[in-house]
Amino acid sequence: MPDTTFEPTIVAFFCNWCTYLAADSAGISRFKYAPNIRVIRVMCSGRIDPQFVLDAFAKGADGVLIGGCHPNDCHYQEGNYKCLRRFNLLKRVAREMGIEDARLRLEWISAAEADRLRTVVNDMVAKVRELGPLNWSVPNEEFSAEKVEMEVAS
Amino acid sequence: MSKPKVAFYWCASCGGCEEAVVDLNEKILDVAAAVDIVLWPVALDFKRKDVEAMPDGSIAAAFINGAIRNTEQEEMAHLLRRKAQLVIAFGACSQLGGIPGLANLSDRAGIFRTVYQETASTVNPDGVIPLTACQDNGRTVTLPGFYNTVRTLEQVIAVDYSVPGCPPTPELLADAVQALLSGNLPPKGTVLAPDHALCEDCRRKDSRPEKLTVKEWKRPHQVLADPEKCFLAQGLLCMGPATRSGCGSRCEHGNMPCTGCFGPTSRVRDFGGKALSGFASIVDSNEEDEIARILEFIPDPVGTLYRYSLPASPLRRKKMEVTTHA
Repeated sequence: MPDTTFEPTIVAFFCNWCTYLAADSAGISRFKYAPNIRVIRVMCSGRIDPQFVLDAFAKGADGVLIGGCHPNDCHYQEGNYKCLRRFNLLKRVAREMGIEDARLRLEWISAAEADRLRTVVNDMVAKVRELGPLNWSVPNEEFSAEKVEMEVAS
Repeated sequence: MSKPKVAFYWCASCGGCEEAVVDLNEKILDVAAAVDIVLWPVALDFKRKDVEAMPDGSIAAAFINGAIRNTEQEEMAHLLRRKAQLVIAFGACSQLGGIPGLANLSDRAGIFRTVYQETASTVNPDGVIPLTACQDNGRTVTLPGFYNTVRTLEQVIAVDYSVPGCPPTPELLADAVQALLSGNLPPKGTVLAPDHALCEDCRRKDSRPEKLTVKEWKRPHQVLADPEKCFLAQGLLCMGPATRSGCGSRCEHGNMPCTGCFGPTSRVRDFGGKALSGFASIVDSNEEDEIARILEFIPDPVGTLYRYSLPASPLRRKKMEVTTHA
């Protein structure tokens, strides 16, 4: 049964020049959207080290949202392209590790798109809520012989 | 004065690290003259009970290679920690999890199914799997318990130093022994190898273009690599930029790109994440579909980027589907 009280924690890395300004503008415009994102401002989506994303998952995030400038709009010319290239491989790593696609998302949101920011956040929160908590942890193992037999039998 | 005592032990490893000790060649005589080897299962007949009988802290240094994936290895790690003043994680498996660490993409049930039931060469009609105890002619036969997750040595016991490599070079081992004997020791936690990227020492580095871009990756068996030119400039995936130096560029001398066995430098926490960052960013395209096509070349990103370091990465293992007991 889905946990109806579950509120996902989503770490959002927003670039200083576009998506962060969109979030700012959404606030000024008094748009209401899901309060589940924890925004971390970075100067450019090209600054988002894959380590940041994997660390966020490892330390308890249920989802990670990356927001950057639209193609051709990067303040540093090609930072968002670097982000796009890394995202492809990062997504595949996450998939191989068992992290569902909806938990990791890249969106281009310009400073003028406060409304789009609201839509994206609401949509992502809904999808991650449906997936349930990620609860990343490596279980502390105690060895039990009976359990092994059960596992292999199943 | 009695000689300092040294122990060598192996956990989940292939035996290659033992080769590194043997590869000291005649220098091993100097080592043997300077220290008393009190445990070395691959070569000497000392047993666990011999170590148990020694006073705590009486071994000067224990070199432990291999990752920890069963109960016996874990017990031996704790025992050696108690008996030794210094514990050195020797080799990639011990330091970062190594190749056995890729088992963290599966779990015990998955591994047992593959190894004891599903592989084409397996004949096992009774479905026998390793048990920790079973009866045989009235006697009880025991085996160590096998964990779901492979761990680095440091995830099990406190480790004083690490020596990287798959395997470490004899030179690094000789330096480490020398440092121990002289008492001239670096701060605890130090990795006993240079702390800069392999590219810095690479004799091909001048052939690396100012702006490196790759339109098409190639695998080593698909091309005859130019022996003078930077591998990355040839479209060969070389881990040199992300990998710690100290190996003497053995692979490069054999005209093979680096696979990253020396792990990261001290400035990087997650080797695979950093390598991913570097390789993806030099892909020569701004189109989503083309980027995907170029990167399809890497069929198994975790196996490539985390080849030696999955258990030491932030995520450590693939998500376990079944929730386990607390």
